[in-house]
Amino acid sequence: MAIKLKPVDVVTVGVGLTGTILAKELADLGLKVVGLERGGWRDTHPDFDMPHAHDELRYARRHELMQDLSRETLTFRNAIGDTALPMRQMGSFLPGEGVGGAAVHWNGVTWRFLPWDFETRSRTLARYGAGQLAEDCTSQDWGVTYDELEPHFDRFEYLYGICGKAGNLKGRVQLGGNPFEGPRSREYPNPPMKTSHVGAIYGKAARELGYHPFPAPSANMTRPYTNPYGVTLGACVYCGYCERFGCEMGAKASPQTTVLPVLMKNPNYELRTLANVIKVNLDSDRKRAIGVTYVDSRGREFEQPADLVLLTSYVFNNVRLMLLSGIGKPYDPAANAGVVGRNYAYQTNGNVTAFFEDKVFNQFMGAGALSMMIDDIDGDNFDHTGLGFIGGGWIGAASSGARPIDFHPVPSGTPRWGSEWKKAVSRYYNRAFGITTHGACQSYRGNYFDLDPTYRDAYGLPLLRMTFDFRQNEYRMSDYMTKKAAEIAKAAGASRMNVNPRTGKYSIVPYQSTHNTGGAVMGADPKTSAVNKYLQSWDVPNVFAIGASAFPQNGGYNPTGTVGALTFHALEAIKTKYLKQPGPLA
Amino acid sequence: MSESRRNFLKSAAALGAAIPAGAAAQSKPAPQADHEKQHAQHMRTATAAAQQRPYMFLSQTEAAFLDAAVSHLIPKDELGPGAKEAGVTSFIDQQLFGGYGTMARKYTQGPWPEGTPQQGYQSPLTPAAVYRAGIRDANNHCRKTYGKSFDALSRAQQDEVLKGLDGGKIELEQVRAQFFFNMLLANTVEGFFADPVYGGNRDKAGWKLVGFPGVAAVYTTFIEKHGVPYRAQPVSISDITQKIAQVDEHGHAIHVMLDDKAGV
Ligand SMILES: Cc1cc2nc3c(=O)[nH]c(=O)nc-3n(C[C@H](O)[C@H](O)[C@H](O)COP(=O)(O)OP(=O)(O)OC[C@H]3O[C@@H](n4cnc5c(N)ncnc54)[C@H](O)[C@@H]3O)c2cc1C
Ligand code: SF4
Repeated sequence: MAIKLKPVDVVTVGVGLTGTILAKELADLGLKVVGLERGGWRDTHPDFDMPHAHDELRYARRHELMQDLSRETLTFRNAIGDTALPMRQMGSFLPGEGVGGAAVHWNGVTWRFLPWDFETRSRTLARYGAGQLAEDCTSQDWGVTYDELEPHFDRFEYLYGICGKAGNLKGRVQLGGNPFEGPRSREYPNPPMKTSHVGAIYGKAARELGYHPFPAPSANMTRPYTNPYGVTLGACVYCGYCERFGCEMGAKASPQTTVLPVLMKNPNYELRTLANVIKVNLDSDRKRAIGVTYVDSRGREFEQPADLVLLTSYVFNNVRLMLLSGIGKPYDPAANAGVVGRNYAYQTNGNVTAFFEDKVFNQFMGAGALSMMIDDIDGDNFDHTGLGFIGGGWIGAASSGARPIDFHPVPSGTPRWGSEWKKAVSRYYNRAFGITTHGACQSYRGNYFDLDPTYRDAYGLPLLRMTFDFRQNEYRMSDYMTKKAAEIAKAAGASRMNVNPRTGKYSIVPYQSTHNTGGAVMGADPKTSAVNKYLQSWDVPNVFAIGASAFPQNGGYNPTGTVGALTFHALEAIKTKYLKQPGPLA
Repeated sequence: MSESRRNFLKSAAALGAAIPAGAAAQSKPAPQADHEKQHAQHMRTATAAAQQRPYMFLSQTEAAFLDAAVSHLIPKDELGPGAKEAGVTSFIDQQLFGGYGTMARKYTQGPWPEGTPQQGYQSPLTPAAVYRAGIRDANNHCRKTYGKSFDALSRAQQDEVLKGLDGGKIELEQVRAQFFFNMLLANTVEGFFADPVYGGNRDKAGWKLVGFPGVAAVYTTFIEKHGVPYRAQPVSISDITQKIAQVDEHGHAIHVMLDDKAGV
């Protein structure tokens, strides 16, 4: 029997990047907010203290900061008709668990999606006609435009202290930034990161080929920074133990370093850790959520009544909890009807490894987001006529920390082990770098989420089932992008290179990115979206599903800048409209 | 004091009394003598290895198999120690005994169909059980084919067996050969490059091979020194906790540069 708790105004399911921002802003209004987090408490000190923070095996290989799959995972298959099997160990993506979520161990590359991204379908049709889109492509407009989101991008960037150089200020292209970005109302709050040797070589080669290189926008602080909440972050020391690690300097923007210090002091906020939400409870006519049910670390089941339920539990559980709770109609790919689970998409990454004989790079130095990028081959920044695909992505060379278990590249053709392998590892460890081609991914009828018929979590509930593969559009795009990257590597003077566009079936084994998108997508039409333009459920208006689950398809960028903007966009609607008159926001 | 001697003493201190004085002597390759002699040598090596660090999971037979196998995957050569000398067997032992070996924090509920390569790990066996079964089967294969267990074969024969497992030419009874081999290879690379606290990368052999400095220093200035090699004595976690290495106010290592005469 569940223990019934005292009602509160707001509950957030998950206390990561989105959940902390919403909780802080709503608790500031005087609302009672409870944050339920399945993982434990953790903070810069003592959890990321030196020297233990610099342990590649523990964090990068054994994923200490990430999801405990023994309790819950998802199942995966490439296509309808295959049998989905559980993801038994981490691979393709690394979902977070514990206070701060994945934003504790992210890299910090913080983009704005292009104006084009928000209107993918209509702009493609307008420029190229229907023939440019595959027949089964379900990519669509977001129901919100870049201009509407601009103030919210700005708020998120100032909150997280993003370091970069504007490329477009109020419509005027700026030297040194990304000339393709949408217009921004002001500069980044902090200057861009230093340029590594790799960044300098890559930037020079790209410029010579006519591209427009610029330093990636970064959440690794280039100087101490005090954000609008009054929280101060430290300066990054380029330690190179960043992606997959917590930051010992408090220099990587995360809930711990930007929001939690003030949120935890607010008496209106209560955090409950090791509290796993298993369901959103609805009233009898299923039009209203009355709260959530969670199980704590002692196995006790609680019912937490709340007026407003915010799903901030990352893409997978936002979708899974909607399916488990009966919020919105589940997607049926055969009929192409229903919305929850629809339009799962990912990232189409390729890469080029460039080897040199006459240069050393010290690539063990660096920071999660330290890279030199070009954006010329992204979105619709180039003419796609005759190319047979839409979209693109950034192409960049990172110095994000070359730790040797994971980074010891050898030229293709080298044996996988033995003396020759060892010689190549020794020779090239410090004489090679990677160029990533970070491709977008369109949505398709057959790529979706539903509940698995066989496998269950530790609470006996069905796991989320992912059905996903890349399509012709993605293969062609990746091939095109990776050829461009190889040209840059050649211009940079590489003696040899390994060129790996995305080919073959999607595999859940090698790490690709934790940039999963969709499943509870936003839009203007309840027939093709689970949430409206404010990320509010069409069916149960006191539930909002916040995060990249709302992306109708994925752009060529890392998602979190846009996730942050959507969070503030939803928040403003909640504050200015919903709280005044709870109900559907038209 | 020579660089390597000093590093050796430092790491010996870091490991407490774990490294016997004869450790360096053992790394000589076994003489290509007759079977008796080789066997005796093998027994001595196995005993010495056991003295270095008692195994928690591996049997002596399994340890002998791994010592031999990892010495092919990352061999000792003119570039320096290989996986065996770096203690990779000890690393694997500790990993198999602990959470990794028992699939802690991984999803272990059935059913267990084999699945597609794209679906990844689908074995009902834990890594510890994969090693147990894989080593047993591989040794059985060796006895059937050559009349001896893997560790007693010649280097050339061992190489042949490993290539057979890697390429799928040899089939094993209880586990897929390539599945076992890939796990062994991945763990060998981990053990060679992981912080020495896990029992491998002894004397930081892996880090020295590639020039990785281990626990980071503050690189804010050096990141802009383009093209200048950064050559530091690598620092491990226990160098810091045992105060063998110096740290700054945030706990970052203060690296001793290899070309810095003042540091010698
Ligand atoms: C290694 C890595 C590198 C990355 N690098 C970048 C990058 O450079 N740029 C970029 O833009 N993005 C990056 N990301 C992605 C970024 O971390 C996420 O986009 C961001 O954290 C998403 O915020 P969120 O609030 O949706 O999810 P999270 O921050 O993950 O928070 C979700 C929280 O919900 C909790 N939760 C889930 N289910 C339940 C439940 N049932 N009950 C209770 N709690 C629950 C989780 O434990 C988690 O703490 C990276 C991610 C990873 C893993
Ligand atoms: S690279 Fe910078 S931001 Fe990243 S963990 Fe190190 S100090 Fe922190």
